[in-house]
Amino acid sequence: MADAAVDFAAASTEALQDRQLRTNFRRAMDGLMSKRAVQFADQAEWHAMRALGASVRLRALAKLPELLERLEETCTRNGIRVHWAATTDEANAIILSIMRGADARLAVKGKSMVTEEMHLNAFLERHGIEILESDLGEYIVQLDESTPSHIIMPAIHMNTRQIARLFRRKIKEAEDTEDVARLTDLARRVLRRKFAAAEVGLSGVNVAVAETGTLCLVENEGNGRMCTTVPPVHIAVMGLEKVVETLEDVPPILSLLPRSATGQPITTYVNMISGPRRPGEKDGPREVHLVILDNGRSGVYADGELRDTLRCIRCGACMNHCPVYTRVGGHAYQAPYPGPIGKILVPQMEGLEKRGELPHACTMCNACVEICPVKIPIVGILGRLRSEAVHAGGSVKGAGSHASRAEALVWKGWAATFASPAAYKVATLAMATLGNAAPSALPLLKEWTSARVKPRFAPESLHRLAAKKGIPDA
Amino acid sequence: MNSPDASAIPRPDTVYYFGTCLVDLFYPEAGMAGIELLQAQGLRVVFPQGQSCCGQPAYNSGHRAEALKVARAQLPLFLEDWPIIVPSGSCAGMMRRHWPDLFRGEPDEARAVAVAGRVWELTQFLVTVLRVRLEDKGEPVRVTWHASCHAQREMGVVEEPKALLRQLANVELVELKRERECCGFGGTFAVRHPEISAAMVGDKVEDIAATGAARVVSGDCGCLLNITGALAAGEVPVRGQHIAQFLKERTHG
Ligand code: SF4
Repeated sequence: MADAAVDFAAASTEALQDRQLRTNFRRAMDGLMSKRAVQFADQAEWHAMRALGASVRLRALAKLPELLERLEETCTRNGIRVHWAATTDEANAIILSIMRGADARLAVKGKSMVTEEMHLNAFLERHGIEILESDLGEYIVQLDESTPSHIIMPAIHMNTRQIARLFRRKIKEAEDTEDVARLTDLARRVLRRKFAAAEVGLSGVNVAVAETGTLCLVENEGNGRMCTTVPPVHIAVMGLEKVVETLEDVPPILSLLPRSATGQPITTYVNMISGPRRPGEKDGPREVHLVILDNGRSGVYADGELRDTLRCIRCGACMNHCPVYTRVGGHAYQAPYPGPIGKILVPQMEGLEKRGELPHACTMCNACVEICPVKIPIVGILGRLRSEAVHAGGSVKGAGSHASRAEALVWKGWAATFASPAAYKVATLAMATLGNAAPSALPLLKEWTSARVKPRFAPESLHRLAAKKGIPDA
Repeated sequence: MNSPDASAIPRPDTVYYFGTCLVDLFYPEAGMAGIELLQAQGLRVVFPQGQSCCGQPAYNSGHRAEALKVARAQLPLFLEDWPIIVPSGSCAGMMRRHWPDLFRGEPDEARAVAVAGRVWELTQFLVTVLRVRLEDKGEPVRVTWHASCHAQREMGVVEEPKALLRQLANVELVELKRERECCGFGGTFAVRHPEISAAMVGDKVEDIAATGAARVVSGDCGCLLNITGALAAGEVPVRGQHIAQFLKERTHG
């Protein structure tokens, strides 16, 4: 599907027809919303926390180039080898060459959305390297030969019965059970064997600290820790926006992230990686690499308004609260990042010619804006992208690719009518007399009446009523 | 959250009324009811006949120059320093929150910002500034309230309309299970993504039916068009009504 436009409408229509899927998402999102609400029951605390979180991210972005240089310096001093990748192809190639250098046949990976962006698994498999997802959700999705449907809970689209069936189909030693503890235990046994055998462990990065050269990784299962400490080589991959200035900037993010994401006060594991195994230490990898990926981010960064996109800490709260995501689920977006953040991030990374329809998959209800712990003006940015899609010459890749002369004419006509009181008067009169006679088969009305009756124009406008009742004009 | 500071606004003698294009075309009675509610509080209401639309349809579709043109045509209609009352959270939100962005860098930016700062959503104004006390003259009825997204999240209007409904002695207000969830209208969204929109309004209708209410009251005509349209299509016997009209009906006997 190289450069063809991705059809969100078709995929979402299909998803809507899957009753089970809709029930799974509704239930899961309702649960996540109420768990989050409990965490932030104290409104004053919530407002203070997110103000702090937003300021940490804003400050980091304001100094981004400088902090990235600093990060490279401190990481290098700590013995972490830093690699820069402008594109996903470059990042994949870097990772492959590190793996070849380590004679790796098997790699284990803790959850990382950036590597989803890179389609790293498929790439490595094409080069004869087995790669195993170790986060339980990711493992399930991988077994299912599918992709994550949520950035925090990759297998949220499946229920226990579906997972049990999948395990029975794909894992030899699986027993006939739908007991969650037994299923988890089975996955753990499979994964343990792989941790011990893998030559390379891959991970994402939640926050990288420029001051100290520390890579922070939060997780709940301990598999991330296994991936980053057991294999002899650890490769961390991050988008270039993940850096913060000082260690003190980390706690606000670590507090907002799990509370927003899953409604947990803290995560089970917080890993802070500051280099390979040092002489005399008993464990840890002997090599640590950090791959810093751009993939369009510096373009996003260059625009003062779009830059806010990069504040994201990938908590997923916006998707949990998005009424569209809740109905169609993550796969309909056909992108590594679904939901509201996906609607602004993916078109900027992949271009509007391919993704220009995505910013329209939104009612602009602002539920995401209300919930985002770092106050990203998501709806404002997608408004900007809608505008970029229809006007050539903008700064976003593919600007103007959805320009349509017919649509532009319609809006021009609309503006001419609505900006002139005389024209408006004539138009409203005409609509009131003719509008109700319009057949439902007309475009737009057809879509509207698929679920609703046709709206009826009132015989007399408010303008006329007000004049009749003697309401003063000025 | 975004409510203007009521203490800074003395009770005015005169207010402007901005009816919005949807009210003008589809719900003029509701628009009139809003005017009469304000008049009943002893205010002089001015309705500039030159008004049309806040520009939101074009703005949200990415056609900002056209939105600007229409918004700009509204500015000279509100020259006096009176509050501008809008019977729609969505249009009020467009004017109050988005006009400053829309006019950024334009020669008339300062004027647009000043006008935006005087915009109020109707129920917000009735409760916060006028502190109305309503006397119910109607028969007992059970109603439910649909919260518009822009009223709640752009104008910070959440409790005001419900507070008004609760003042009515014979009205039983049953809240929706998912009161704060979008009904799926979203302007062009409803026709660009008719299936998703239908799923959303379908759930909203189910939620409304589950309350056993005879009427669903809302402060936004976009939502009302969507919800009443779906109620009728599904033959659900619940009537939808704009809050201004409902309040007027109850208080005028
Ligand atoms: S946009 Fe905000 S809410 Fe959404 S994932 Fe990013 S930080 Fe979380």
